Amino acid sequence: MLVNQFLLLGAVLFAIGVYGVIARKNAVLVLMSIELILNSVNINLLAFALRNGGDATGHTFALYIIAVAAAEVGVGLALVILVYRNRRSIALDELSEMKG
Amino acid sequence: MLASGGLVAQNIAFGIVALIMVVGALRVVTTKNVVHAALWLVLVLAGAAAQYLILSAEFVAVTQVLVYIGAVTVLFLFGTMLTRAQLGKATDLNNKTWALGIPVALLVLGTLVYVLIDTFGDDKVVDDPKDVPNVPVQAISDSIFKPYLLPFWALSFVLLAALVGAIVLARKD
Repeated sequence: MLVNQFLLLGAVLFAIGVYGVIARKNAVLVLMSIELILNSVNINLLAFALRNGGDATGHTFALYIIAVAAAEVGVGLALVILVYRNRRSIALDELSEMKG
Repeated sequence: MLASGGLVAQNIAFGIVALIMVVGALRVVTTKNVVHAALWLVLVLAGAAAQYLILSAEFVAVTQVLVYIGAVTVLFLFGTMLTRAQLGKATDLNNKTWALGIPVALLVLGTLVYVLIDTFGDDKVVDDPKDVPNVPVQAISDSIFKPYLLPFWALSFVLLAALVGAIVLARKD
């Protein structure tokens, strides 16, 4: 097993997630693309953990990232529901009130 | 690539799962149906759990299945159902400037691929296929509760704040 095969898989998933964040208008789909990005980071962390001889540090931070991602999805979907309740739409390009 | 490292079965499993993950991820960002996107995301997350197993990270794989497939996907489906009147094909899921995402993503991918191949080349994950290290759960808990206790506390506060914040944001007042 090359270390690069895992890192390249992570890079591909990261790029697909970046495309999704840029291209999608629906807020729920943008959150899903962010999940893709976070997962690619986790694959990298675990590949390096194995490369360092089974270091538990990589596993620890992969678990922390999973927990942070769960919190992020919870708050993100609460925000999406709040925006939907106020505007009857979750299209991100219509959210222009925060423009300075 | 298959012959390198000696772990042939792991390499074949990696290839199959990686292909499934990439196809699933592409469908997540291109499908016209939000519910289908959530279900393709399940496929990608399950594939990630399988990759963690290949990387001998059993505990993280189980946590991935519990938290992501069990909880996050359900949250996504609830969010979809609470914010959309009709479930099914939608025409307005992409921005008008969605095509700009393709060159940006290709630029990111090209840079990452160049840097990774330049840096790691043919480095192997494990030098000797016989001693793939095993990370016991005890080592992970020792790592969480001894050197990384402070981030663990911070994470507890993040989860508490997320819980309270989600309730405050989503309740009707």
